[in-house]
Amino acid sequence: MRRFLRPGHDPVRERLKRDLFQFNKTVEHGFPHQPSALGYSPFLRLMAIGTRSGAIKLYGAPGVEFMGLHEENNTVMQIHFIPDQCQLVTLLDDNSLHLWSLKQHGGASELREEHRFTLKGPPGSPPSATQVTAVLPHSSREVLYLGTESGNIFVVELPSFRVLEDRTITPEAVLQWIPEDNCNRRSCELVEALREHPKNPDQILIGYSRALIVLWDLQNNKAIHHFLGSQQLENLYWQRDGSKFISCHYDGSYTQWPVSSDNRQSEPLENTVPYGPFPCKAISKIYWQTTKNGLPYIIFQGGMPRASYGDRHSISVIHGSQQTAFDFTSRVIDFFIIFSSDPAAEFDDPSALVVLAEEELVVIDLKSAGWPAVHPPYLASLHCSAITCSHHVSNIPLKLWERIISAGSKQNIHYSSMPWPIDGGTNIAPDPPQRDLLLTGHEDGTVRFWDASGVCLHLLYKLSTVRVFLTDADPNDNMNTLGEDEWPPLRKVGTFDPYSDDPRLGIQKIYLCKYSGYLAVAGTAGQVLVMELNDEDAEHMVDHAEADLLQDQEGYRWKGHEKLKTRDGPVRFEAGFQPFVLVQCQPPAVVTSLALHSEWKLVAFGTSHGFGLFDHQQKRLVFVKCTLHPSDQLALEGPLSRVKSLKKSLRQSFRRIRRSRVSSRKRRGGGGSASEVQEANAKFDQDALQEMELAPVQRKIEARSAEDSFTGFVRTLYFADTFLRDSSRHCPSLWAGTNGGTVYAFCLRVPPAERRMDEPVRAEQAKEIQLMHRAPVVGILVLDGRSTPLPEPLEVAHDLSKSPDMQGSHQLLVVSEEQFKVFTLPKVSSKLKLKLTALEGCRVRKVTVANFGSCKTDDYSENDLAVLTNLGDIQIISLPFLKLQIRYPCIRKEDVSGIASCVFTKYGQGFYLISPSEFERFSLSTKWLVEPRCIVDMPEVTSNNHMHNKSGTENAARKSSPGDCGEDERKSGRLMEHALLNDEKVLKEIQSTLEGGR
Amino acid sequence: EFRRFSLERSKPGKFEEFYGLLQHVHKIPNVDVLVGYTDIHGDLLPINNDDNYHKAVSTANPLLRIFIQRKEDADYSAFGTDTMTRKKNVLSNVLRPDNHKKKPHIVISMPQDFRPVSSIIDVDILPETHRRVRLYKYGTDKPLGFYIRDGSSVRVTPHGLEKVPGIFISRLVPGGLAQSTGLLAVNDEVLEVNGIEVSGKSLDQVTDMMIANSRNLIITVRPANQRNNVVRNSRTSGSSGQSTESSLPSSTPNILGTLQGEEESDEEDIIIEDSGEPQQIPKAAPTSESIESLSQIELLNESTQNGFLPSSEMNSNHSAGSISMEYEVPEPGRKSLEEDGTIITL
Repeated sequence: MRRFLRPGHDPVRERLKRDLFQFNKTVEHGFPHQPSALGYSPFLRLMAIGTRSGAIKLYGAPGVEFMGLHEENNTVMQIHFIPDQCQLVTLLDDNSLHLWSLKQHGGASELREEHRFTLKGPPGSPPSATQVTAVLPHSSREVLYLGTESGNIFVVELPSFRVLEDRTITPEAVLQWIPEDNCNRRSCELVEALREHPKNPDQILIGYSRALIVLWDLQNNKAIHHFLGSQQLENLYWQRDGSKFISCHYDGSYTQWPVSSDNRQSEPLENTVPYGPFPCKAISKIYWQTTKNGLPYIIFQGGMPRASYGDRHSISVIHGSQQTAFDFTSRVIDFFIIFSSDPAAEFDDPSALVVLAEEELVVIDLKSAGWPAVHPPYLASLHCSAITCSHHVSNIPLKLWERIISAGSKQNIHYSSMPWPIDGGTNIAPDPPQRDLLLTGHEDGTVRFWDASGVCLHLLYKLSTVRVFLTDADPNDNMNTLGEDEWPPLRKVGTFDPYSDDPRLGIQKIYLCKYSGYLAVAGTAGQVLVMELNDEDAEHMVDHAEADLLQDQEGYRWKGHEKLKTRDGPVRFEAGFQPFVLVQCQPPAVVTSLALHSEWKLVAFGTSHGFGLFDHQQKRLVFVKCTLHPSDQLALEGPLSRVKSLKKSLRQSFRRIRRSRVSSRKRRGGGGSASEVQEANAKFDQDALQEMELAPVQRKIEARSAEDSFTGFVRTLYFADTFLRDSSRHCPSLWAGTNGGTVYAFCLRVPPAERRMDEPVRAEQAKEIQLMHRAPVVGILVLDGRSTPLPEPLEVAHDLSKSPDMQGSHQLLVVSEEQFKVFTLPKVSSKLKLKLTALEGCRVRKVTVANFGSCKTDDYSENDLAVLTNLGDIQIISLPFLKLQIRYPCIRKEDVSGIASCVFTKYGQGFYLISPSEFERFSLSTKWLVEPRCIVDMPEVTSNNHMHNKSGTENAARKSSPGDCGEDERKSGRLMEHALLNDEKVLKEIQSTLEGGR
Repeated sequence: EFRRFSLERSKPGKFEEFYGLLQHVHKIPNVDVLVGYTDIHGDLLPINNDDNYHKAVSTANPLLRIFIQRKEDADYSAFGTDTMTRKKNVLSNVLRPDNHKKKPHIVISMPQDFRPVSSIIDVDILPETHRRVRLYKYGTDKPLGFYIRDGSSVRVTPHGLEKVPGIFISRLVPGGLAQSTGLLAVNDEVLEVNGIEVSGKSLDQVTDMMIANSRNLIITVRPANQRNNVVRNSRTSGSSGQSTESSLPSSTPNILGTLQGEEESDEEDIIIEDSGEPQQIPKAAPTSESIESLSQIELLNESTQNGFLPSSEMNSNHSAGSISMEYEVPEPGRKSLEEDGTIITL
């Protein structure tokens, strides 16, 4: 009878599904990809970052984050906050201006685009007439001054963006006031800088590119002063009291100018080339900061000697006799200084230097001696070495959490103790429900431990496996070994270092047991390290063992890389996770699967040749099993060649490039090199297209046979205490699934604890299941008598899980890329199956059991499978009946690296990379939702009283509707991703990591 | 000469025994004979192994009519799935074998040595312009041997003709299954794969669907060459006026219904217990019977350790003894049991 009840139309279940599942993209963690602009509001204490794909992100105190996306997806060129307002203006590279504002809605602030505007010149005028080069939001908050390439300065009213034509400052008007002998029309071309007088809002300083600087009286429309430099102008900065200003120039010099009322044409006070006398690069931005003790801080970007240090990305700080040139790891996009914002204060008293470089954010504490760096609580550069894998552990016990933090704090001693200086806004999101760790493995052999509990992804601890091995680069090699008298006084700052000494060090698999503190890490050259958490530094030997996975197979020759050489003798390890055993797979192929059972003290590992089990208590190899098919030659040819899938992804990329060409053309304005690139690109496209036309894209339809390559590739390993042989006795077992659709089950005999060291662990093959569809096995799971997945090792011992039902019969769930199948145990008979590929044409890429709680009642929760397919869809499939519950499109299917990087948590959340440096966080659960929720209040100084009151009342009514603000968020998240993927460069980057990476 | 004797329907026994019984009844103990029977459609079918013997007994209604021929003067061509029209002829041939005596006798393999490689199915429910082809990958070592590509085709929609993306056969591998059937050709448009429409799916998705169903692939195509279409009788062709693509979805439910039975039977996984012989994984029995089956299995396990047991021998007959074993048509009795199982476990 029940057969005729169509699943999915059961109204009770439908209602329950609504209480359980909900898809949201909540927040982006990490560092924005390709940042292009920086802005700061000393009033709101918020920082804004714009990107090449048109995104704008605001950051304040940890947890305070806003994101917006320009519809045009154009590069953000400049960001300016309106003084004393919750508003900002962005300038895009299509010359459009956008007004954004932070408005309170539903108890939380939101970033919204209010207006957009493009400056239009009179008909027939060249585009340069209106090309905006400098933006000055006036302190009156009523107008914006827009300097243009033509030298005109337009005045637009806010917030309507109405051009006040009668107030335009034309070059002609300026020239009237300047003696003709040293100026002509051309010296008034291109406005480089516009600065308002710090004391008198009616005066602005106009800097033209050809070194003419004019102090303009806005009231009377006349030039009060003019200053003539000898070098092309780059930027201007007022001294706080308005008595002097400083200009910086193309030749690497800066000049101080006095502003006195008597003299209409001033001579410079001082002209300095800080890194002369040889030709220097331009100083593009400069700050002059006064202090109580009289010695100013002069902080400028660039100015390095052209020949010897022209390639450095530097910002120099000069304070009296102290001078340091901070040397950044990537191009500096922009920087600002945090100083006393109180208008009544007499001095600037700078406290921090905030630098946005292309790949990371660096903050320097200017108050402490030695100018140490400040550890940022967000905007972490996830990609300081390329991410090779990730692993998420939910609900970390407090003890382990504290030990990891303490290990991490010992690594961070060189950071400043200064509190985070950008602290605007209030985080009103509820405290994260639990402590979550995200572990990322990197190409350079490090594992980074991130606090993934809340909105800010924060680095807790960094583990390096390099110390175990002998590599070409000495780990003690310090980049900062410049002597005292070095000139220029360069100091390397930042952590971004994409160059790996040895790709074999790369981390491929991570497994952390949160109860015991055991960590297993496996890498590219077949190395498997088992580690233990130690709170003290220690020097000890690392035990070595070899696992010959080929066993007796004859005639095989490994053509890939060699294994890593290990260090002889004891090695010194810092506090934290310290390796005690190294198992080296032979041949040293990349480790493709890893499992650790901390209760039995066993670690299992698999490569493309087979798998093995190692007893890390007795430090003894228990067994190895070769899974290689005799005809499989490819597996021996070294690092995985991804011939098939690469071809596929290449094809898709070409299509995408073709599609994005139109938009990219529009984006690239002028510039010789840009057009060259474009030409090269066009040629590349054409070649690709031609190739496609010659050989039409076609797919071979062929049944898989046992002879396909890589059938032996071990995809998954799983420990379970279950009924393997008979239904009366359960025993420990190890399960392995291969690429060829084979599942092996080994029955293990683990001696009881008191004889654990005396008796060997034994293993015996008990079962071998061959799936006839031969699709790769990606997941194995045993369900207990209540159809609940077996708990993790030690979970029951720590009273965190009900002990599994060992009375009823167990079931085995085998997930292949194409099907889900449930078998009975111990006698294997198939019970249920769900065919995914045969019907949908999609394949399983990732699968995890997740626990979903109901948002309506606290006492209901259920386990389901969270599945990511190759199409980027996320599906939820019920356990144990394998019914598709719900499906959400999540990642674009062309985003191969995004799909490959996805990791699910145990409570229905997940992460995937949207760029090399950013994780998108998503949630499938109605109950666990980590998303930014914050309020930005107008600080007290404002006269805008009614606004403040309003926010107060809304404060009381907050937490009302978390749903509706999530909607916008989600929309913008999707757009953002879209923008990234439309970018050719990103595409190529993904491509190159695919080709070169693995 | 005719003989009549009775068999117990529920316990037919083995073919060997039956063969012995026939020889005994006809008093031809040392003569090699061919045994055949007429099934409910009137086709003359051979009995030469346990499977078709059981089938014959189970379908007998109420009489099982058996024909016995000497092997040396047997007319092999008489067997086959021909329709009633030939029945008389066949019978006369069989009954009077001397008609053919003078003809040189061509030795060809027994029908059981053949397996179907392809068939056109559902001719009655499909529009004439479409063809549903079933490729039996099993039982042949030939590769499926075809390629598909993206393309575009013209559809009739409520808004007029519309160009839509489609999937087409782009190449047939010489000597492959697809080519040898003659039922598929280059530029045929693929409309469905095992009952699922391909419209809206990408080339890679369709590829994956076809490969996932490769053991029992049923593809519905619109042949590029429409001249070889099946000509139907007037009753069905009357409706063909509407049978354009747009009318296809309405017939899909039927199609799915007809496919259901096959879907269940397309694969059986293999299990090797304790490094013994590979066996097909059975379907889980309904929970009420699971205890019984469990005890049975335990018995089996113990016995395999000792050596051989008749029951395992019977199994090995089923499972040719290697991993690359092929699927054989399950007995109908067991199939209904599977379905019962599904009902209960759902």
